[in-house]
Amino acid sequence: MHKLLTDRPGEKMLLLGNEAIARGAIEAGVAFASTYPGTPSSEISLQFFQISQESDLHFEYCTNEKVAVEVAAAAAACGVRSMAVMKHVGLNVAADAVMTLAYVGVKGGMVILTADDPAMFSSQNEQDNRYYAKLSGLPMLEPSSVEEAHRMLPSAFDLSEELQEPVFLRTTTRINHSSGVITLGEIRPRVTRGQFTKDPLSLVTVPAVSRKLHVKLLEHIARAQALSEISPYNFVEGGGPWGILCNGVSYNYVKDAVAELGIADRVRILRVGFSHPLPARRIQEFLRGCEKALVVEEGEPYLEEAAKAHAQEAGLALPIRGKAPELFTRLYELDPATVRRVTARYFGVPDRTRPAVDVSDVPPIPQRPPTLCAGCSHRATFYEVRQAAEELGLETVYPTDIGCYTLGLLPPLSMADYLICMGSSTGTAGGFSRVSGRKVISFIGDSTFFHAGIPGLINAVFNNHPFTLVILDNGTTAMTGHQPHPGVDMKQLKLENYGRVSIEAVVRGIGVPHVTVIKPYRVKKSIEQIKEALSFPGVSVVISQELCVLYAKSLKLPRGKPFRVGEKCKNHRVCMTRLACPAFYVWNDRIHIDANLCTGCSLCAQICPEHAIVPARETAEK
Amino acid sequence: MKTTRLVIVAVGGQGNLLASSILAEAALIENVPIRMSEIHGMAQRGGVVESALLFGPGRSTIIADGEADILVGFEPAETLRALGKCHRDSTVITNLAPLMPFTVNIGQGVYPDLKRLQELIRAKTARLIAFNATALAREAGNVLAVNMVLLGCLVETGLLPLRAESVRAAMERKIKPDLLEVNRRAFAAGAAAARQNAA
Repeated sequence: MHKLLTDRPGEKMLLLGNEAIARGAIEAGVAFASTYPGTPSSEISLQFFQISQESDLHFEYCTNEKVAVEVAAAAAACGVRSMAVMKHVGLNVAADAVMTLAYVGVKGGMVILTADDPAMFSSQNEQDNRYYAKLSGLPMLEPSSVEEAHRMLPSAFDLSEELQEPVFLRTTTRINHSSGVITLGEIRPRVTRGQFTKDPLSLVTVPAVSRKLHVKLLEHIARAQALSEISPYNFVEGGGPWGILCNGVSYNYVKDAVAELGIADRVRILRVGFSHPLPARRIQEFLRGCEKALVVEEGEPYLEEAAKAHAQEAGLALPIRGKAPELFTRLYELDPATVRRVTARYFGVPDRTRPAVDVSDVPPIPQRPPTLCAGCSHRATFYEVRQAAEELGLETVYPTDIGCYTLGLLPPLSMADYLICMGSSTGTAGGFSRVSGRKVISFIGDSTFFHAGIPGLINAVFNNHPFTLVILDNGTTAMTGHQPHPGVDMKQLKLENYGRVSIEAVVRGIGVPHVTVIKPYRVKKSIEQIKEALSFPGVSVVISQELCVLYAKSLKLPRGKPFRVGEKCKNHRVCMTRLACPAFYVWNDRIHIDANLCTGCSLCAQICPEHAIVPARETAEK
Repeated sequence: MKTTRLVIVAVGGQGNLLASSILAEAALIENVPIRMSEIHGMAQRGGVVESALLFGPGRSTIIADGEADILVGFEPAETLRALGKCHRDSTVITNLAPLMPFTVNIGQGVYPDLKRLQELIRAKTARLIAFNATALAREAGNVLAVNMVLLGCLVETGLLPLRAESVRAAMERKIKPDLLEVNRRAFAAGAAAARQNAA
């Protein structure tokens, strides 16, 4: 049985934040869950995926976050408790659905989980999704710890049902990827079938209906506001004259700082966990007792600006500060030492903590960026595209997209020139092809193609943009941990009742006039095929098919035999300077291949000018 | 009980997360408050994996620069890179077997000299325990057990509020039975290295 289905209330379990969130949802009786994977949220869905295989929980990996919200909204419209899980930028994709879903509302509880990523550990931006709550009018809860995240899930579902609106649960990476000890609660039985009651004048958002629905939404926001005022997730601690307002993980740093600075008797803390609508009256009451206040929050001054506005309404003139050059920055994430230092400075107390060691005389340490795996087929495709473009003497622009292949950015591959968001490779390629005067070759992965790449390709066919799109089809959503997508053969995972969408059929169906499928480990042939595609005057698509090496390993597919550098090597180092596969290493000024890392893809053997890279069989048998 | 802050740094694939989860499990066994966080976004792609473990009272789950009481590095250059996490009273435990970043292989940057690396760490912190943990893991029967060698060394120092027997019990819960013996040997070899260093 899945550990998160353990039905022993009161038992303690050490869980990753994302596991605790999934457990909280299971305890809340979630019966329908959906997602598009994205760090730092992915492990939540992984739990749901596994649990759905041994229970009546319905879970689906969706083509993108908008679809994930839509399927979950319909389940909630029938009274079934549903949850849509995504990373922060995924909510941009889902925003169109979310904004009007707020008008329509829900019947069964619905939670939309947004996992924000301050400091961008694995994201293209660090937007603060608290503003989505304000923009849409929907309630938002924010936990400060793994334990609280677990407890908040049932509250979020109850709140959603009470208000008949979806509720946001906003986490940050430090909640998702921290571990804590939680106490298991009771699992509410799942209700997996609901009833849909036709009510087009409330559920079909034509203008005449929406005008009434907006009135209803404002009423819901007013009720949510009243609930926020009395919510246990907004609480005050301490009673001193110095006020600190905080949310999320910042609360932890504040608590530790106050203890370490020894100022607990002088400080009062307002922790905001129900962050939209904010509890205006509680904030005013809190500020009334303060001489001065500090707002400690990561990201934007969401709480700070609200606190200042509420203070103004209440006629309070105390200083309220947060984001400022000498205090907190809007950049990246907070940490305990920063919060302690700024708190000490703002309230004028000494910080006697031992300083960090001085590292100014430590010599520069070579970077260790993540890189494409040994034997990754993307490396082969990138090499072949570059080779083909060089042989044709083309000046190029390489728009890329979001996935492992974004790592093609790094030298020596250097195959990434422009990236905005999921799917942007196909749209931006059209613009570049019209104005840059260069050959535009863009890259997109299979999962990202389904997610947001298709409309850009249709646009290219319709507007006849002369570029080549290379679809790197490695048969899985590799970057986030090998989640399925519509092109995946689910039978390989021993799962029935799934359809399968062929990327080639989609591309041909769109009407792309030049379509080529390559096997990237056949280097010479692939280069010839790519040259043909690059020479085509209109839009052309190259689909490069080869399973992700890590995924193939997890499927226990046979692995290639390793290669070694043989005696014919003249130390040209083309393998190293063009490919830099992590299986290579330099020892005694010669290139060697680590047989434990080599997957036998033979890419390096095919490009070695001396044919010096040979199967390692003989040496291995010795 | 005071709070003990431990940072572990490693290269993806060196088993940092397993080592961290064993320590957390041991804390659970001993009823020691434990909070842990990890950054492992692209670990499988050869990047750096950092985990933070906080034993004892408090709420934070991350460790800022200057806050680590103990720094354990599974790879020497990564230990040096994380040195800013330490204060003057910190203890540093490091493996001395390098894993060459590919940036060095393609001529971008020079790998730090290991002797100088140890001098720097020793000069700035209270104590350095440096040894070739990879070699000890190999002797124990599996080079992949380097994480257990370093764990054995760490637990033997007595700096964590954990007894060795609790950590061994946690190993039994977290490690597959057929790999347990090798890992136990590696753990013991690490403990011996710590005793040798103290002597």
